[in-house]
Amino acid sequence: MDLIRVTDVQKTYKNGVVALYDFSVTISKGEFVFVIGASGSGKSTFIKMLYREEKPDKGEIFIGGINVAKLKNRKVYKLRRKLGVVFQDFKLLPKLTVYENVAYALEVFALDKKIIHNQVMKVLNLVGLKGKLRQYPDQLSGGEQQRVAIARAIVNEPKILICDEPTGNLDPHTSMEIMKVLEEINKLGTTIIMATHDKEIVNKMKKRVIYIEEGKLIKDYEKGTYYDENF
Amino acid sequence: MKIFRRINRNIRDAFKSVIRNFSLSIASISCITITLIVVALSVVLSLNVENFTESIRKDVTVVIFLDNDVSKNEIENIEKSIYKTNNVAELTFKTKEQTASEFGKENPAFESIVNSWKNGENPLLDSFMLKVNNIEMIEDTVKEIKKIDGVNNVNYGEEIVRQLIVVFKVVEKACLWAVVALVLVTSFLIANTIKLTIYSRKTEIEIMRLVGASNTAIKMPFVIEGLFLGIIGSIIPICLTIYGYVALYNFFDGKMFASPLAKLIPPSPFIYTTSLLLLVIGILVGMFGSYRAVRKHLKI
Repeated sequence: MDLIRVTDVQKTYKNGVVALYDFSVTISKGEFVFVIGASGSGKSTFIKMLYREEKPDKGEIFIGGINVAKLKNRKVYKLRRKLGVVFQDFKLLPKLTVYENVAYALEVFALDKKIIHNQVMKVLNLVGLKGKLRQYPDQLSGGEQQRVAIARAIVNEPKILICDEPTGNLDPHTSMEIMKVLEEINKLGTTIIMATHDKEIVNKMKKRVIYIEEGKLIKDYEKGTYYDENF
Repeated sequence: MKIFRRINRNIRDAFKSVIRNFSLSIASISCITITLIVVALSVVLSLNVENFTESIRKDVTVVIFLDNDVSKNEIENIEKSIYKTNNVAELTFKTKEQTASEFGKENPAFESIVNSWKNGENPLLDSFMLKVNNIEMIEDTVKEIKKIDGVNNVNYGEEIVRQLIVVFKVVEKACLWAVVALVLVTSFLIANTIKLTIYSRKTEIEIMRLVGASNTAIKMPFVIEGLFLGIIGSIIPICLTIYGYVALYNFFDGKMFASPLAKLIPPSPFIYTTSLLLLVIGILVGMFGSYRAVRKHLKI
């Protein structure tokens, strides 16, 4: 079953730059998909459309039955509750502790404190940060901060985890650790879509690879590697 | 239960965030405080000027002198005709004897003159003292009264009254516009300060959106925070209004320029209504400023 179905999407920015053109792709439940392409290829626009930070000019984007392309601004939260998003720059709140940062994503549902506590402890255990509950983001390493961000993204058990270059700011060793965490999450049934520049990661993981160039989907590998593309 | 948890959380978050963003909160609060003080001053001033002009208006008296030989019947008819002008607030009749004795009391020199008049020698005239409802219509009213049979002369200090009317109109309008302009400038200033403080929390709003908070859920803590800022910011202006005005009133003994006409408005309930006004302005501007500032970050 297709969890994500993108059909004939087109997006032109106000300055005339065509970001995506006749773009179609489908992603099934439980897949792990790398989205690769040079800077300015339209890769980020595609990722942003998935969590409705950008809207397409034309075409349809269905995510778990919601037509994201036609989603009204004030209804965006309904989509966001089904997704988790992880960024290159972590986007943690510096004045909240690790625990509070993760719990933040559950507090918007006005859940009971006990439920929040159990859920937060579960995901912090999963990303291996159980011992750093009371630390603040600036007391953590880059890899640890990214793990907090991942914990926050998956704490409400989303069906899809969207990662926009999550290893962009990390050294190769830490990057691989993050990938292990992501793979673990994927094994639990979460669909992961990850934009990246990191050749090494893509080649090691042997997952589906979507290659975008000049706003078009050029190649779609089942268990792809990176070596035949120039980046 | 869920709704209570949500309300509880909103209030707690707003309170936390006032403390967490202490320096920014202080900036907003002092902005609200300073502008509300200016508003308070202008409200106190303009309402007192209004009160002052109102008391002068009420004091303008038209004196209607009657012919020397009018009979009682004629006086009654004249009174009826004056009422027909539909601009009568107060009308009192004064016989020439009353006028003479009042005259005599004013100055001992007059007293001997008045006393020297024998019966029937009183050269003064019977008169009506008229206070009008609408001072702007006074000229027309006087014209009508002059036409009444038995009316000898009408006197009301035309020039001064005419000038007063013009001045009152200008002063009243100026005061009103000053207050309106101040309130607008205040709202603008406060909204801008809040906008700046919220801009620095852009990431926070972005993350709230990202984790699936609805727009209302994002706005609520900020709006409640605005309410807190408004309440805290209006404390000093309210204290100044209450204690300052009472002190001022006592210092001047309730009168300005030692003139019985220029009475200050008595403190109670004036200071309380003014304080309430300040509180309401503070709260509304705080909430509205926050609401608008957050909304800007919710549009994509």
